[in-house]
Amino acid sequence: MDFINALINGLSLGGTYAMIAIGYTMVYGIAKMLNFAHGDIIMVGGYAMYVTLLLVGQPIVALIAAIVFCVILGVCVERFAYKPLRGASPLAVLITAIGVSSLLQSLAQIAFGSAPKMLMAVQISGTVTLGSIHIAYYTILTLALTVVIMVAMTLFVKYSKPGRAMVAVSEDRDAARLMGINTNAIIAITFAIGSALAAVAGYCMLIKSPTLTNTLGAMPGIKAFTAAVIGGIGSIPGAMLGGIVLGVIEAISLSIPGLAPFTDAVEFGILIIILLVKPAGLLGKARREKV
Amino acid sequence: MSEVLLKVENLNVYYGMIHALKGISFEVNKGEIVSLIGANGAGKTTTLHTITGLIHPKEGRVLYKGEEITRTPAHKIVGMGMVHVPEGRRIFQGLSVYDNLLLGSYSRKDKNEIKENLEKVFVQFPRLAERRTQLAGTLSGGEQQMLAMGRALLSSPELIVLDEPSMGLSPLLVGEVFEIVKSFREAGKTVLLVEQNAKKAMSISDRAYVLENGVITMSGDSRELAEDERVRKAYLGA
Ligand SMILES: Nc1ncnc2c1ncn2[C@@H]1O[C@H](COP(=O)(O)OP(=O)(O)O)[C@@H](O)[C@H]1O
Ligand SMILES: [Mg+2]
Repeated sequence: MDFINALINGLSLGGTYAMIAIGYTMVYGIAKMLNFAHGDIIMVGGYAMYVTLLLVGQPIVALIAAIVFCVILGVCVERFAYKPLRGASPLAVLITAIGVSSLLQSLAQIAFGSAPKMLMAVQISGTVTLGSIHIAYYTILTLALTVVIMVAMTLFVKYSKPGRAMVAVSEDRDAARLMGINTNAIIAITFAIGSALAAVAGYCMLIKSPTLTNTLGAMPGIKAFTAAVIGGIGSIPGAMLGGIVLGVIEAISLSIPGLAPFTDAVEFGILIIILLVKPAGLLGKARREKV
Repeated sequence: MSEVLLKVENLNVYYGMIHALKGISFEVNKGEIVSLIGANGAGKTTTLHTITGLIHPKEGRVLYKGEEITRTPAHKIVGMGMVHVPEGRRIFQGLSVYDNLLLGSYSRKDKNEIKENLEKVFVQFPRLAERRTQLAGTLSGGEQQMLAMGRALLSSPELIVLDEPSMGLSPLLVGEVFEIVKSFREAGKTVLLVEQNAKKAMSISDRAYVLENGVITMSGDSRELAEDERVRKAYLGA
């Protein structure tokens, strides 16, 4: 039954990765850049929750405040750090993103110190037991949020006007402009959605383990980036699948005593194998020649 | 007296050091088909990109219905009534035929207008109706060109700017494409047609301009130009 427990934990961990990976992959597809500061939005959301909890003490209010703050931050980062570099070399944009990442981490350290903050008020404890299967409440909540987000994102992209515009911009930016699509606005919306999902992912991390430091987003950011690549970077269903796959592998590997210490190696090893077999990722489109 | 819909004055466009358009001027009157012909690399695509705001000129002006649009961003121009069907069709391959058409209506707000336009396009292009749920990337070249033109019609345009719509198509489909361009004029729309197929283009257009190395070297009534010795030699293979 350990396996089932690991699987359920993996699904919920994977859901968290998927939420972050969706932001990575959307920004890559639409703005054609790797936003390495994406993980740090999670951390900033954590501090937004911390401050809100000090003021009002309500976890749900804290979550909403974190979402709002992250959306504003994400849109501002795009507007002031990335937008001026549109058309610049990818390397310049990448270095800027790394700079934004250090900036956010340093600002958090200056503002809140380096001692971890404990967000006991958001932590959710308790488990449901079904025979030999134990499921933590935070796992159930994370899984529920994952399902809601995945369904909402799928419907948004497929059936809403801005969602369709996003797909158009990611396929062919100039052709999208000729349709009347304001690509700058679409890029801003993309950052807003990605940042909101990052805030929710941060919440899912903190309800499980309420320790907040200024590097909270670093490792999940890298894992989510890996998940996006596994799924096929640029593809939203790919980010969902990649996140789940990576989370399940991680949880199962952690549940096997001999393998647990090598979990990161196992994850990145699987990334390499998948890329060798499918260079564009599981759901990524192989680059087709334009006719 | 004919009404000037599009007026281009002294356009100078550069790509870095390359001087691609060297002071070209021309105009398109309401209800006309005007063709812009020229060899590969003459600057035809650059001209269209400048008109519809994808790139901006260093010098010169573009006026649409008397209003200056030289620096208006591309996404605002469609809503003003000028639509650009780009070279190579540039349909959204990963989206369905239907979603491509809906994207064509992105600049329109009126739901009924969009619905009517969709119905008209499906009547004119029954193949698109048959394949509406199919991914656009799975269409044949001819069907993709129909989709690109149908998508443009969804924006309720007054002026349609077409960049080499017959490129890469079989002779049968080339004829069909030119029939469609003629139908635009019959529907009361105005057309600026860029073509390497000068013979066909001049046979359906009212007036024509000849572009050579970023300069307009000849212009006039299409039928008269088609008789011109230099045009016949250079473009009509006579
Ligand atoms: N993006 C670009 N960068 C640099 N040079 C370009 C670019 N696009 C076109 N050119 C150059 O500008 C000239 C005109 O090109 P273009 O407008 O595409 O010609 P046409 O459509 O008549 O074939 C050519 O010499 C071409 O090499
Ligand atoms: Mg061209």
